[in-house]
Amino acid sequence: MRKKKLAGIFMSLMVAAGVMAGCNSSSTGGEEDKGGTIKIGANLELSGGVASYGQSIKEGIDLALEEINKEGIDGKKLKLVPFDNKSEAPEAINGATKLISQDKVVAIIGAATSGNTKAQIEIAQSSSVPLLTPTGTADDVTVKGGKLNDFVFRTCFIDPFQGTVAANFASKDLNAKSAAIFIDSASDYSKGLAASFKELFEKKGGKIVKEEAYVAKDTDFHAQLTNIKGEQPDFIFVPGYYEEVGLIVKQARELGIDVPMMGADGWDSPKLIELAGKDALNNTFITNHYSSGDSDTKVQDFVKAFKAKYKDKSPDAFNALGYDSAYFIADAIKRAGSGDSKKIQKALAETDGLELVTGKMKLDKNHNPIKSAVILEYKDGEQTFKTKVSPE
Amino acid sequence: MEQFIQQLVNGISLGSIYALIALGYTMVYGIVKLINFAHGDVFMVGAFIGFYSITILDLGFFPALLISMAACAIFGVLIERIAYKPLRNATRIAALITAIGVSLFIEYGTIYIRGAQPEAYPNNIVPLKSLEIFGVKISGQSIMILAVSIFLMIVLQFIVHKTKIGKAMRAVSHDMDAAKLMGINVNNTISATFAIGSALAGAAGVVFGMYYTKIEPLMGIIPGLKAFVAAVLGGIGIIPGAMAGGLLLGVIEALVSATGGSLWRDAVAFIVLILILIFRPAGLFGKNVREKV
Repeated sequence: MRKKKLAGIFMSLMVAAGVMAGCNSSSTGGEEDKGGTIKIGANLELSGGVASYGQSIKEGIDLALEEINKEGIDGKKLKLVPFDNKSEAPEAINGATKLISQDKVVAIIGAATSGNTKAQIEIAQSSSVPLLTPTGTADDVTVKGGKLNDFVFRTCFIDPFQGTVAANFASKDLNAKSAAIFIDSASDYSKGLAASFKELFEKKGGKIVKEEAYVAKDTDFHAQLTNIKGEQPDFIFVPGYYEEVGLIVKQARELGIDVPMMGADGWDSPKLIELAGKDALNNTFITNHYSSGDSDTKVQDFVKAFKAKYKDKSPDAFNALGYDSAYFIADAIKRAGSGDSKKIQKALAETDGLELVTGKMKLDKNHNPIKSAVILEYKDGEQTFKTKVSPE
Repeated sequence: MEQFIQQLVNGISLGSIYALIALGYTMVYGIVKLINFAHGDVFMVGAFIGFYSITILDLGFFPALLISMAACAIFGVLIERIAYKPLRNATRIAALITAIGVSLFIEYGTIYIRGAQPEAYPNNIVPLKSLEIFGVKISGQSIMILAVSIFLMIVLQFIVHKTKIGKAMRAVSHDMDAAKLMGINVNNTISATFAIGSALAGAAGVVFGMYYTKIEPLMGIIPGLKAFVAAVLGGIGIIPGAMAGGLLLGVIEALVSATGGSLWRDAVAFIVLILILIFRPAGLFGKNVREKV
């Protein structure tokens, strides 16, 4: 409680300081300067606990800006002003204030996590500068208490969407009539995905024959899996994180459960393969934002450009979403025809049919992208591109 | 029916690990009346030593098991000499609090040394095929866990009842001062107890890693507490009691999960502890109080 209060006081002080600093100039929103450049802020986790997310996103943004600046937008170049929020919410607040009042950016990309993005919302809203998170998937980032945060956007789809994609895939592609759900009852992510999976799967005429739960950090899942096995489902949905999922997949196969199992981007880690073992992972699927194995030319061009710039490194989903975020903003600036933050906000909200690496982009009324997800299949410990699923 | 037997098999595999840890708990308590809360962390250290023996030294399962047991035996003696021996004549609460401190020290010391990330035991260290009897799958590993647990329990019973050091242990547990007067080296006897108990925890660690794959620095906390419950359930200080308590607790947990209460599993284990302390504080095997080892 005390901590919250302190953070509140601190935040309002920072906002006040920001407004005062902005008094010298004509407007508090960003504007283009005379040198013909438009500044975009990047408030990212470049160090600290989730530094790998922030760094990957920045690599993607850097590549995109390099490409965009070859031609420029109406003769102007985009300039990135990076800020390291050290993976901490108070630093993210400082960063947003600095980028808006001192650097006068027209929009901010960041942060990587939902929590650090939420910390900046108030500042972005009050100073009317668009805030665009590449990877914040929690549903309350763009909407708070039923009210839209109109200056907040995201490039990634939200958690429940992956559940509906999985339900679609299970009933259509795998022809599953019955399914079991095995969730991590300590995680909102897992519960959200399971709820949206269940809703669509039942609507499509499927039957949920068993729902079992575990708690994060458990190691023994035999008992629940034996219960699931007893119901003989065609398909098992396991929306969890890789540490437990690895063990679940392994123990399921040991018990002789050989039906397809499926999860979402929480499975996406090399540790999963170590924990479950290559053989056990066969016949399992995940939904994800992006796959470098997608044969789409847009994706392949991106992979080629990325490898050329970063010493043959294969781009991951964070790289792709960072890259797309930069294009998302550049496109809005182009359509707005100016570097005015409010016009850019309007253009961002009206985005419809923009072709990006992670799919065709259209925003719904809650500023959540409606775009396709990819489905990957594990084959001998390798993720292979299976198919791309468009939203219905 | 198939499913019920499968759940029993699941429970016995889990219970064998609890039993192995509980054996060490119960021995140490029987001799020095100390609840060694660091025991679960010795189990964790054993799992890591086994892991590094297999991955870095490229050893098989049995050599890794032996190395881990030996290293944990030394580790256990060191803990006793450094942390518990100076407190031998202090109040029991002081020793108990020290044990908790030692436990936290080992956990976070391990995190300091190697980080908190989990590690995965390599698959197929033991190339045992799983059996299938009437649709019930029994993995080769479960059979081996049970075999290792029972074998070690028999060895332990032999040591306690047939060897000279076992005789000394029983004498010390009966009356420490009288044993001293009879010329028994109490310090060495207590060290031997810690060595044997910790070696068993080390073995449990390797077996756990092989069966459940994932090991991490805080993995000893819950199995350690469950093993404590198992020891109390069987009657703390009684070796066959610890074994039976461990197996029983494993089966209870599996059955609780089987009836849909997977989220209640840990809670039920501790409800068992409370019930046994209320209704039968000496444990299920607790009649035989004269000889506690």
